[in-house]
Amino acid sequence: MNQKPLSISANWQATPYALVFLLLFLIPLALILMVSFWNFNDYEIIPAFTLRNYIAIFDGCGSLNEYGDVCVTFKTYFATLRMSFLVWLVTLLLGFSVAYFLAFHVRSANVQTLLFVLCTIPFWTSNVIRMISWIPLLGRNGLVNQALVGAGVVDKPIEWLLFSEFSVVLAFVHLFTMFMIVPIFNSMMRIDRSLLEAANDAGASAWQTLWNVIVPLSRTGVIIGSIFVITMVMGDFVTVGVMGGQQIASVGKIIQVQTSALQLPLAAANAVILLLVALMIIWGLTRLVDIRREL
Amino acid sequence: MDETNTTVDTTLADQKRRTLLKGTAGILAAGMFPAIHAQEKIVLRYLGTAVNQDKAIAEKFKADTGIEIQYVAVTTDDVTKRAVTAPNSFDLIDTEYFSLKKIVPTGNLKGIDTKRIKNSGKITSLFTTGEVAGKKVGDQGTAPKKVIYLEGEKSKVFAKSPTQFMSLIPTVYNADTLGIRPDLIKRPIDSWAELLNPEFKGKAAILNIPSIGIMDAAMVVEAKGIYKYPDKGNMTKKEIDLTIKTLIEAKKAGQFRALWKDFNESVNLMASGEVVIQSMWSPAVTAVRTKGIACTFQPLKEGYRAWAAGFGVPKTVTGKKADGVYEFINWFLDGWAGAYLNRQGYYSAVLETAKSKMEAYEWAYWMEGKPATQDIKSPNGDVLAKTGATRDGGSYETRMGGIACWNALMDENEYMVKKWNEFVAA
Repeated sequence: MNQKPLSISANWQATPYALVFLLLFLIPLALILMVSFWNFNDYEIIPAFTLRNYIAIFDGCGSLNEYGDVCVTFKTYFATLRMSFLVWLVTLLLGFSVAYFLAFHVRSANVQTLLFVLCTIPFWTSNVIRMISWIPLLGRNGLVNQALVGAGVVDKPIEWLLFSEFSVVLAFVHLFTMFMIVPIFNSMMRIDRSLLEAANDAGASAWQTLWNVIVPLSRTGVIIGSIFVITMVMGDFVTVGVMGGQQIASVGKIIQVQTSALQLPLAAANAVILLLVALMIIWGLTRLVDIRREL
Repeated sequence: MDETNTTVDTTLADQKRRTLLKGTAGILAAGMFPAIHAQEKIVLRYLGTAVNQDKAIAEKFKADTGIEIQYVAVTTDDVTKRAVTAPNSFDLIDTEYFSLKKIVPTGNLKGIDTKRIKNSGKITSLFTTGEVAGKKVGDQGTAPKKVIYLEGEKSKVFAKSPTQFMSLIPTVYNADTLGIRPDLIKRPIDSWAELLNPEFKGKAAILNIPSIGIMDAAMVVEAKGIYKYPDKGNMTKKEIDLTIKTLIEAKKAGQFRALWKDFNESVNLMASGEVVIQSMWSPAVTAVRTKGIACTFQPLKEGYRAWAAGFGVPKTVTGKKADGVYEFINWFLDGWAGAYLNRQGYYSAVLETAKSKMEAYEWAYWMEGKPATQDIKSPNGDVLAKTGATRDGGSYETRMGGIACWNALMDENEYMVKKWNEFVAA
């Protein structure tokens, strides 16, 4: 079916989306790329072709600084990548487990729907409110610390619960696990149940079935979920700001500071680099599975 | 009347819809009923930060003059960004003096003719000559007197001496210092150096708006005796390096619990006890206090970091709208709004007119630093101070006379922002 040449009407039907794609994605992207080579001063951006912005970003990255650290750009990217990896790992484990439970252990379609709706509860309030509500929970005088101190588990409140990498990852997991559950669940529901019976008949243990049948067949869902989660974490600056107490670096945060200071070409150059890094990761992921074929 | 309720609705979408409706109505009116056109209602789009955009002020102005104010509320940085990139999107701008160095060179603002401003001669000397009660105050940074006059109506450069044209007509200003939780610190605090005192390790916070945060940091560096800046408001690259290095070392040692960017964040940090000492703004201190939590806007021996905001007129505003803008500015300086601001703990630009609209006991508490003879209430009725209390920092002359520096835009701004990002990442 795919081999048939597309009819004219199919092309027509694709036109609205193609236009939206062009206007809202390709043209702005081209503009960002263009501006990243422009010059700027305090109050205006100046059309030019200069590598100044890119050079400024990688300035001092050739050697360690006086504190024995790598340059800010590398440090920020490493921090962002590490955060993305942690969030990806946790959401994958959680998302896979939840999806597995929903797809294979819940028999009734009604209960499945109900539980699925339960999973969306975190999305009933705004992102910012969800993040802020962690503060009275995890803070120095928050519920968790009060409970721990009260139970005598610790002598004094644990500081790293809030405004730390831990709290940032926690908030991300809370926000994004759903994006892992949905595509994985979707893939799992399409697995032919007779394959599982066959595995069982052939004497496979539950773990063997999971690892050799379900995991490979859920691969598409895993990859799609991973792309969602990784790209969202890499571009975020709000969650990192609020949960990290504004003192954890992320690439998104740096771009935001630069746009606030009207250093738009510099921000554009950073955006281009971030995009390239994200594209490389996605390219790597899609090498693992041919999404178009699997869908 | 229903109309008053709808006019103060400040959501952007609603404003757009209303502008559209009004515009359509305007066209219809102009085309079909020329006689009515003369009385067509003027709507002014007021761009500024939410802190200054008080519902009551717009309502009162509408009641007094029939002119409607539509608030467009964005962050400090976005006010500047809009002024530079989209001068058509507002009729009146309320911005800080330090951002003028970015806005004025674009030519997007036109000089305000002081001859059309009735009270322009009474604007406090802090703006025109940089003096409080005849004494010069600190002028490091972007002090208003350096940027308040333009060479002409369409000038893109600041005038060295007073002229007929002002870049911004001052509206509100204040002197900022550290906010502390006296109940948790339990000892007197009198120096900026305390912000980096290891005693408050993990319990301090600093402002994460680079051009303001760097000034707080500079106050600390000087207070600790590390370095004395020739001009904190215009550092050299070396001075920026030194200031940021001090911050990074403190951060690495775990001094900061958080950095904050939004007014409400600073309130939460302080009210929850996560932080006991931090850079703070006056209304944030008030907000913590109205929760019943002790919080002091602590005067420090090294002085205050001051800021000032004012009204500017974009070059795109002409005709009746321009008249409306002038009417609003004149009304603003006429006393009612000034009294309103003074009661919030800010200061108004023309003190004399504001005084006439305040009760004597209010004036004594807010401006003269005297103990309150009765409970002091905010404009919306919350009790801010009980009888007998005095204002943190005392009188207008003591507080504003203690200005050490102003919020600033440095020549090395780009480098400073880069180093600031380094601090955030450290």
